[in-house]
Amino acid sequence: MVPIEHIMVFTGALFCIGVYGVMARRNAVLVLMAIELMLNAVAINLVAFGTLVYPGQINGMVFAIFVVTIAAAELGLGLAIVLRVYRMRSSINVDDIDLMRW
Amino acid sequence: MELSALAFYVVAGVTLVAALGVVSARSVVYAALLLILSLVMTGLVYLLLLADYLALIQILVYGGTVSILLLFALMLTPPETRPELNHRGWALGAVASGALFVLLLVSSLADKWPVAGAARHISLVDLGRALFSTWAVPFEVASVVLLVALLGALTIARSTTPGSKIAPRASA
Repeated sequence: MVPIEHIMVFTGALFCIGVYGVMARRNAVLVLMAIELMLNAVAINLVAFGTLVYPGQINGMVFAIFVVTIAAAELGLGLAIVLRVYRMRSSINVDDIDLMRW
Repeated sequence: MELSALAFYVVAGVTLVAALGVVSARSVVYAALLLILSLVMTGLVYLLLLADYLALIQILVYGGTVSILLLFALMLTPPETRPELNHRGWALGAVASGALFVLLLVSSLADKWPVAGAARHISLVDLGRALFSTWAVPFEVASVVLLVALLGALTIARSTTPGSKIAPRASA
C-alpha cells in the first residue's frame, strides 16, 4: 500500500489546483468545476485516512459519502444560480456578477 | 514496488494532469471532458484504497450525472468572448495556491502518521449497517438536504421574467 504521506501530497496538489481554478477562471461554470476538484481532494483524503490509519473503521468512508452528497447538491444549486444569472445579466462572467455588492 | 502502489502513482499522475487541464484549458468543453477524466480517475483511487462502494458511487454520480449536468450548463450558456483567464486573479491565484501547496506539503511530511497494520477491506454490509445505525440521523439529514437542493434548484432555474422563451405558466 502507498504511504499516507504520498496520498496527502497528491490530494494537496489536487486541492491547490482547485484553488487556482477558482481564483483564475472567469466563467462561473468553470469555477464550479474547480470547486468539484477541491471537494474530491478532500474526499480522497478522508478515505485514505479511514483505510490506512484506522483500518476496519468505517467513518472515513461514511464522511466521503456525505461529501459526495453535498457536492451533488451544491453543483445542482450552483448551476441553477448560474442559469438564472445568465438570464438576468446575459453573462456568466464572475466579474460581472456584482448584484449583491454593497 | 508493489503493483497497487505503481497503479496509484500512475492514476494520481493522470488525475493531476487532467486537473491542470481543467483549470487551464482554453475551451470550456475540453475543460469539462478533462474534469470527467479526473473524476473517474478519482474513482480508481478509491478502488485502490479498498473503498469499492465509494468507487462505484463516484463513477455513477460524477461520471454520469455531474458531467451531464455540467455539459448541459455549458451548452445553455455562451462561451466567453473575452480571454478566459482573469489577469488579476491569474497571478494572485498562482501565488496563493502555490503557497498553500507548500504549506500542505510541509505539514503532511513533517509528522509521522501512525499507519496501523494492514488495510482492511470494508464490506458493503458493514457500510450499510453503519449508515443506518451510527450515522442514521446525518444520513436522513443528508437526504433532506438533497431534497431541498432539488426544490431550490427548480425554483431558482425556473424562468419567470416576461419575454423569456420558456414561459413558466400562463401569465395572469
